[in-house]
Amino acid sequence: MAYLEGNSLVAAYGPVPILHECSVSVEKGELAVIVGPNGAGKSTAMKVLLGMLNPSSGSVVFDGQDITHLSTQERISLGLAFVPQTNNVFTSMTVHENLEMGGFLRDDDISHTIQEVYDLFPILFEKRKQNAGELSGGQRQQVAFGRAMMTQPTVMLLDEPTAGVSPIVMDEIFSNILDLKNSGRAVLMVEQNAQQALNIADKGFVLVSGRNEHSGTGKELIADPEVRKKFLGG
Amino acid sequence: MVSESVDILNAFALLTNFIIVPAIAYGSQLALGALAVTLIYSIFRLSNFAQGDSMAFGTVMVILILALFQSDWANANFGAILPPYEFLSFVPTALYALPFAIGFTAIYLLVMDRLVYQHYRRIKAKAINMCMASMGVMFVTGGLVRIINGPERMTFDDGARFLFSVRDFKEFTGLTQGIAIKTSQFLTVTVAILLVAFLFYFLNKTKTGKSMRAYSDNEDLALLSGIDPAKVARTTWLIVAAFTAIAGTLYGLDKGFLPFQYHQLLLPIFASVIVGGIGSPMGAIVGAFVVSFSELLLTYAYKKFLIFLLPGYVPDSLVQLIGVEYKYAISFVILVVVLLIRPTGIFKGKVV
Repeated sequence: MAYLEGNSLVAAYGPVPILHECSVSVEKGELAVIVGPNGAGKSTAMKVLLGMLNPSSGSVVFDGQDITHLSTQERISLGLAFVPQTNNVFTSMTVHENLEMGGFLRDDDISHTIQEVYDLFPILFEKRKQNAGELSGGQRQQVAFGRAMMTQPTVMLLDEPTAGVSPIVMDEIFSNILDLKNSGRAVLMVEQNAQQALNIADKGFVLVSGRNEHSGTGKELIADPEVRKKFLGG
Repeated sequence: MVSESVDILNAFALLTNFIIVPAIAYGSQLALGALAVTLIYSIFRLSNFAQGDSMAFGTVMVILILALFQSDWANANFGAILPPYEFLSFVPTALYALPFAIGFTAIYLLVMDRLVYQHYRRIKAKAINMCMASMGVMFVTGGLVRIINGPERMTFDDGARFLFSVRDFKEFTGLTQGIAIKTSQFLTVTVAILLVAFLFYFLNKTKTGKSMRAYSDNEDLALLSGIDPAKVARTTWLIVAAFTAIAGTLYGLDKGFLPFQYHQLLLPIFASVIVGGIGSPMGAIVGAFVVSFSELLLTYAYKKFLIFLLPGYVPDSLVQLIGVEYKYAISFVILVVVLLIRPTGIFKGKVV
């Protein structure tokens, strides 16, 4: 049994079904990627894992515990963290305040965790007194990661972390994600840049119309001629 | 030559007495009201039309509590607890009633939130619908105020009327024009400075204050961070209640309490908020002074000022740009001009 898994998830927005028996999972210290065409249900799968959308059937299991019926807040306090695709920082607040807000639920001393974030992203320490809205796209993404890390999560869910950034910044963000993974966390991300994402992923899920079309290690998927033809542009 | 320089001093004493001092006091009262409006807007995306009448409600609570304080029952039971301290005798009794009035105003606002606004937040209503709902609250609150107090003018200031009077000033300086500072004006400015300092400290330094800013900035991310929207809403209404009751009471001490006038205060308050940039606390304060100074500078009759300044010249008219009865038109013009030219206001608030 994996550390975090969604089993045979079925979910819908109103009458429109999005996910059909979709399953994803991730282990500690592992990077799993969900790829697929637009409208495949990638972000929806993530919302179900987070409890932002209730599945009509299927289950979400975290660390051996069934969390299908817990609220988002409860899941976050258990150790899940989420970095949304857009609007993922408090733009009118300083970098430091963003991190403090990330640790809002914690009553203990959060200064060590803030220091850990600064150690991981030294540029944030330099810019700690600047408003997050004034930072570049890549730095903002680091603030977003940092904010999510403040609850000391064991699983991080990232929704298209490289959407709309330049290729150079994309490399930087992927390297940040590998750092997150190497620190022992489970990282599950939805990604549009399928080729690059599968290259660094331990595990990949290809979703099409809400169904698991392919799954395997990142290398296997890249090597699979069918996946290459359909999703990676030959 | 000597008399000329004295005349210049007299001219400025005149301006200080009739424009600068009253404008600072009036601006401070507007600023407190504007801060309440801007806070409500930042947190609930609600343009609160009920602000003026809520201020009247807070003031009516003060008046009620004052009546209780002065009743025989209170004197018989608590007369001994509150000995008249000589050095505090300049403070109007209304200030002692204020903490209780803030409590009642808070209860009233929270009940209104529960009865009206919570529903619109739950269904994620459009801003304009919320705004119309607040107009309903405005009428209800205004009606309530008139039921409790009646529509007529009330004065409830006691204590010393002047911190120093025109006569004191004249004796001290030897000028023919005096400057007086009313106790209410002095208290207004002092209390406003303290409250604003508290608000900025609260919003920038405390965890609860920061969580309010976070919620205002990005509601979804605030939820993901575990910030409780119900608690944010409660805290906001509590602060708003304090600002509302205090602003209303200070205005009433300064100018007397008249429900209709409080209702009309809505216009200069909104003008202040928009001029400064809605959602920006600093903007609300600056905007309030822009509005108060414009009102007083444009409605003042400069005849006497010019006589002091230009010896030998006596203007035929009062030299008044706009009659006092049009003072609310000034706020309105400011509002329209700002919305046309710079809708985000001085401090780049949000565009409504």
